[in-house]
Amino acid sequence: MNFFAPFRIALRALAANTLRSILTMLGIIIGVAAVITMIAVGSGATKRVQEQMKGLGSNIMLVIPGGITAGGVRLGAQTGQGLTEEDALAIAREVPEVQVAAPSSRTGAQVVAGNTNWSTSIFGTTNDYLEAREWPLEGGRAFDAADIQGSAKVAIIGQTVARELFGDADPLDQVIRVKKIPVTVIGILSKKGQNSMGQDQDDVVIVPISTYRNRIQGGTAGKLKRIGSISVKVREGQSMKVAEENIKELLRQRFKVQPGAEDPFAIRNLTEILQAQEASSRIMTLLLAAVAGISLIIGGIGIMNIMLVSVTERTREIGLRMAVGARGRDILAQFLIEAVTLSLIGGAIGVVLGAIATWSVGYFAGWQVSMSLGSILLAAGFSAFVGVFFGFYPAHRASKLLPIQALRYE
Amino acid sequence: MTDSPIPTVRPAAPLIEARNLVKTYTMGDQTVHALRGVSLDIAEGDFVAIMGASGSGKSTLMNILGCLDLPTSGEYRLAGEEVEGLAPDALASIRNRRIGFVFQQFNLLPRTSALENVELPMVYAGVKAAQRREKAQAALQRVGLGERGGHTPSELSGGQQQRVAIARALVNDPALILADEPTGALDSKTSEDIMTLLTELNRQGMTVVIVTHETDIAAWARRKLVFRDGEIVEDRRQAGHGGRIAGKLESDPNLSQGNGGRIPIPDGERPVGSQTSTESGSDPDSRSVHGAVP
Repeated sequence: MNFFAPFRIALRALAANTLRSILTMLGIIIGVAAVITMIAVGSGATKRVQEQMKGLGSNIMLVIPGGITAGGVRLGAQTGQGLTEEDALAIAREVPEVQVAAPSSRTGAQVVAGNTNWSTSIFGTTNDYLEAREWPLEGGRAFDAADIQGSAKVAIIGQTVARELFGDADPLDQVIRVKKIPVTVIGILSKKGQNSMGQDQDDVVIVPISTYRNRIQGGTAGKLKRIGSISVKVREGQSMKVAEENIKELLRQRFKVQPGAEDPFAIRNLTEILQAQEASSRIMTLLLAAVAGISLIIGGIGIMNIMLVSVTERTREIGLRMAVGARGRDILAQFLIEAVTLSLIGGAIGVVLGAIATWSVGYFAGWQVSMSLGSILLAAGFSAFVGVFFGFYPAHRASKLLPIQALRYE
Repeated sequence: MTDSPIPTVRPAAPLIEARNLVKTYTMGDQTVHALRGVSLDIAEGDFVAIMGASGSGKSTLMNILGCLDLPTSGEYRLAGEEVEGLAPDALASIRNRRIGFVFQQFNLLPRTSALENVELPMVYAGVKAAQRREKAQAALQRVGLGERGGHTPSELSGGQQQRVAIARALVNDPALILADEPTGALDSKTSEDIMTLLTELNRQGMTVVIVTHETDIAAWARRKLVFRDGEIVEDRRQAGHGGRIAGKLESDPNLSQGNGGRIPIPDGERPVGSQTSTESGSDPDSRSVHGAVP
């Protein structure tokens, strides 16, 4: 027998039994497609949860002025000596875990555009705030250095404000009046939706902090420097806890707080959300692993069954082939090539089908899906291994029989 | 056979020489003695029928003679070649080159054309594709199915399937054709066609051994062995039907071709051993030889 003879024998045997070949491949196709789709849907869900968590700002801390005690009466937050823009700069400069620290102040105000008006929140802050909140612009531009330095009369508006004031018209370069100060709309924020408290986060007008301080806020010089809060974003991978400690220490130094005395400020972070995120992403990962594992096992069992049955059923054929002169290795070569061919073709079709199914789930159900090379390799590799092993093993067993035992096999 | 006079041709080594073949199976805690020391010679060109009830050991002997099974003990030489102790691959080669099998259930590959079925032994013999096709076509011609090469087994009648199986058996020009109940699944008319074909192949020089439990099938052979409980209890020469069908064969172009150059069969109607020749060979009680030959 020459080198190619086993290939011809195997391919001819596959071609002669089209239905059986298709059924066998079907097991592999479904196994591979199911695993790929399951993993894609599962990891898509994990990703979506993670993104939602990220949207909440899990690595954000808010530094707010603390209350003071005056005459035995504890007054509420922001009644103390207050935070300043310098505190924000110091945090950004001196705490290495901090990526950005954005000072911000807010007030409620009526804004007017043409003959429309709308009551909204006015935020005075810097570009850092948008970065900390991971809040990209949908159109226009962010503040530039000159805007911040020169108290420019510019504003970035949220989607709700844009809709209420301008309807479908383009708000860019339009002038709105905030507390009678005309400001030009230079940017529009992307939609953020409601926050966890149900407030509309898009109902906002953002102006440079200097503009807010010098033109909108008003009041005495001492009060002018005060800001409402500092939004701190901690660098990716850095510990929230360490960052919080460092910020606390820095501010205690800056405020010259005696040891043991109460902090004149408070730091709020979203620890609970962080913990919830960690727990849920751990559960999702476990769930995903379980789903993938079960899919693999079910797919594997399907492939194993069809391979075992179809090859065992052919024991008599093996006996006949041996009776007319096939050697053990001729039988092994034939069945190995058959199993590999079926596994490869079935695996390839399975991958394509899995990709189509994944896409369909994403498209029609609107779920986020994420197909990874790893899941394809895992599914195709495992299926091929199971297919080849259980296609080869019974043939190997049969080829070790005496021809008469194989011929008489029921 | 050594004491059997062979007057017309030189004494050749028998094609099959079996000595004290024993085969035991263990089924659970029971030991089954399928063969209890069978010795047997079959001359080249002979036409032998092995008879016996089921479980008598006749099929076991057939399988050992065909190198499909191995004896528990005993010696077996096929065409002068020692068989026992050979590796499975060497046995596969012997089966491929020297033996053609015909089974009761035909054992054709399903959904595979007759031509490809006939080609199968040549595939394992390493014959080139073009030559394979040519020889397979010739073999199908020889069994009268020259026009049916493209049909799959399910498109053929039982008799035609068995003819394809016979074509497959003879395509590698084996010295020996072993047929295990070749007519067991066929009606009597078709059975006669198949036996006619086997007889003709025998006339062309192939050694044919058939296993059957039907006396009228065994009557076609020129030597009849009867098995009981793992031993040969009768071994006799008989007329066979070779002569009876001769005229019919010559008028059938499919069956009479290719009958050249093979040795004629000697002493076809002589008795073997002490057994006197008788035409009442179909009577199972007429045995007079117990045990093995010689």
